[in-house]
Amino acid sequence: MTDALVLRDLSKTYRNGFQALKGINLTVPEGEFYALLGPNGAGKSTTIGIISSLTKKTAGTVEIFGHNLDTHPSLAKQQLGVVPQEFNFGQFEKTFDILVTQAGYYGIHKKIAEKRAEHYLEKLGLWEKRNIQARMLSGGMKRRLMIARAMMHEPKLLILDEPTAGVDIELRRSMWDFLTEMNESGTSIILTTHYLEEAEMLCRRIAIIDRGVIKEDTSMKSFLNQLNEESFIFDLAEPIGPLQLNIIGVKFNLIDSNTLEVTMDRAHTLNDLFQLLESQGIRVRSMRNKSNRLEELFVKMVEKNLEGEAK
Amino acid sequence: MNFSQLQIALWTIVRKEIRRFLRIWPQTLLPPAITMSLYFVIFGNLVGSRIGQMGGVSYMQFIVPGLIMMAVITNSYANVSSSFFSVKFQKSIEELIMSPVPLHIILWGYVIGGICRGVLVGTIVTAMSMFFTDLFIHNWFVTIYTVLVTSVLFSLGGFINAVYAKSFDDISIIPTFVLTPLTYLGGVFYAISALGPFWQKLSLINPIVYMVNAFRFGILGHSDVNVTFSLIIVTLCCAVLYGIAYYLLARGSGMRE
Repeated sequence: MTDALVLRDLSKTYRNGFQALKGINLTVPEGEFYALLGPNGAGKSTTIGIISSLTKKTAGTVEIFGHNLDTHPSLAKQQLGVVPQEFNFGQFEKTFDILVTQAGYYGIHKKIAEKRAEHYLEKLGLWEKRNIQARMLSGGMKRRLMIARAMMHEPKLLILDEPTAGVDIELRRSMWDFLTEMNESGTSIILTTHYLEEAEMLCRRIAIIDRGVIKEDTSMKSFLNQLNEESFIFDLAEPIGPLQLNIIGVKFNLIDSNTLEVTMDRAHTLNDLFQLLESQGIRVRSMRNKSNRLEELFVKMVEKNLEGEAK
Repeated sequence: MNFSQLQIALWTIVRKEIRRFLRIWPQTLLPPAITMSLYFVIFGNLVGSRIGQMGGVSYMQFIVPGLIMMAVITNSYANVSSSFFSVKFQKSIEELIMSPVPLHIILWGYVIGGICRGVLVGTIVTAMSMFFTDLFIHNWFVTIYTVLVTSVLFSLGGFINAVYAKSFDDISIIPTFVLTPLTYLGGVFYAISALGPFWQKLSLINPIVYMVNAFRFGILGHSDVNVTFSLIIVTLCCAVLYGIAYYLLARGSGMRE
């Protein structure tokens, strides 16, 4: 099986001297759903810019399904579909025309292109808007149009740069379903996002980039296993007074008489915790994670890097 | 991409260009038709009747080829400069950069788009001129070749202008301050043989003189300069501008970071 994407020693230094990428290496296997995460300015968009030929690299190589982007650009580009962060279609073009034109750039015959355009516009809920100029679409519709456009040549590797930014939750969920379906049908996907629950839910592997360096490149499962402790919020059935419990590895914080925050390390299980609460006569109505697990890890990692830099 | 895919890609760009200038026809097709009709009425009919003959034909007949050529030049240039700058401005040029379309196809796509508008407007102006004078073609090859090669040249010029342009103002500077004066001084309204020796020689460094005269020869059989030399000059200019345009596109000037 050929890898969908291989980046070798990829680096980029802008004209002002800013080094956005410092020789990154990354391999995305075929069929993978990959999250590329990092704080703002970490180098995610520069990496995507280089892969999509919009940014010139300073050094390194990019291979898409075994085709070197420098030596076989046509073959490499045929395999790749990109949904950039910013809207980059002709604002005065009709939705349907944008898709058919995009297919034409890949040498796809007009009749086939029209059928595909119909398929993807229907799939993404834009068929009713097919004769509307792109500038008249809402933000969410424009995002979906960009996804439909990227799919027109049915790429084997799809890269999405924050596709759900500014999109309402209902639409975001329909996009997740669409992307999951694409991935299940064999399309390799790389996703950058600031919604970490999105990355946790969709992606099987994760790469974290920070200041132009890949800090993590592992499976989502093993990355989440690094989380040593987890916080939960309990909504209590009856109000309680101050707690006097001293248990190693478990911290209690009574937010108000009906809300209890519990932080516990991995040595304890939820069963232990519920037994303890039961013994204290505390009844729980409902519980939830204080924050997303991936978010906790991500924030910790970024903070650690910041502290390291400050020292 | 194989040959068939390249053809589809080229036709896709051309079709998009044609769709664009037809969609905004009140800005692209109507103004030259009105302007040139005014030239025919004022210069051809009113002023021309007092001038009499020029170059062995009536003044109206004399200015028709020049005005057609003027329409071809300005429209070929304007089409590519405004269209390519627009795709840069809206960032939809990224669609093309990310795609496997070879740079030569991208460049030819825009140039053919410019030719289509230039030739269409030239045809409209020719049709308008027939209300004012009879028109016969003296040499079909020279006529058609001159129109096409001139259109290619100014489409390439428009492309280079659009690559360097950073605002919409930048794509109107060259047409206003360079193209229009060169066209007016390029023998559209007068035979350069009617000028004094110094001005005649000075006129010969204006490339538009060669295009207007070659085209006038194609239609009327009259030219102030050697037609073969004119066609060679214009063709060479095309080759030079194509090289520059391709280099700028390959470098990604103003298009890639």
